[in-house]
Amino acid sequence: MLVTIRLFARLRELTGTSELRRQVPDGATAGDAWRVLVGEFPALEDYTRTISCAVNADYARLTAALHDGDEVAFLPPVSGG
Amino acid sequence: MAAFAVTAGPLDAPAVTALVAGPGTGAVATFVGLVREHNAGRHVLWLDYEAFAPLAIKAFEQIAQEAGDTWPEARMAIHHRTGRVAIGEASIVIAAASPHRADAFAACRYAIERVKQIAPIWKHEHFEGGEVWIEGATADPADAAARQAAVERACS
Repeated sequence: MLVTIRLFARLRELTGTSELRRQVPDGATAGDAWRVLVGEFPALEDYTRTISCAVNADYARLTAALHDGDEVAFLPPVSGG
Repeated sequence: MAAFAVTAGPLDAPAVTALVAGPGTGAVATFVGLVREHNAGRHVLWLDYEAFAPLAIKAFEQIAQEAGDTWPEARMAIHHRTGRVAIGEASIVIAAASPHRADAFAACRYAIERVKQIAPIWKHEHFEGGEVWIEGATADPADAAARQAAVERACS
């Protein structure tokens, strides 16, 4: 299935893109999509322990199941305010 | 003007304050966060803020609901800036209204602590000699310990 991946801040800079589309296996979770991404961009590995994520612009767990057409956003540690 | 907003334009603290005040309001606590010239020993030139806007607005709504759980009479508005923000300019305005000052102050303090914990917003600091993404908390709105820490800071 095809999912859209959104990246922000330093994740965006490390990959050179704010949005990409990737095929992931049926039944894949947000965490699985992250591992696909790390395979392609090894520099992201350092963030594996500190990212959080959102699916279709709602906070989600990395264990959340994805569906075809979903948008998963990976969020590095935040620093608003 | 919406109570919860992420905007590239300058923030208007009096307008945000006016959003929450009503006939039953006895106090409004308004917090204005400014970009400061020095950070961690660096001479800061400016900040670029990046946000995942739709989720940031949901985060602000959640923060206001949480504040309402603890301070039921509090009403809140939160506006955050994105893009380049110069030294001395406001990056965030939070207004909390309540019939009494104690709850207004506490709800306002709670909100800024929670924004820093969970809002999907990032500051990219440009300083003399370089730039760095500031990375604080892993955003987890369901983390009860973080929420409790924010309540304790608000009530300290």
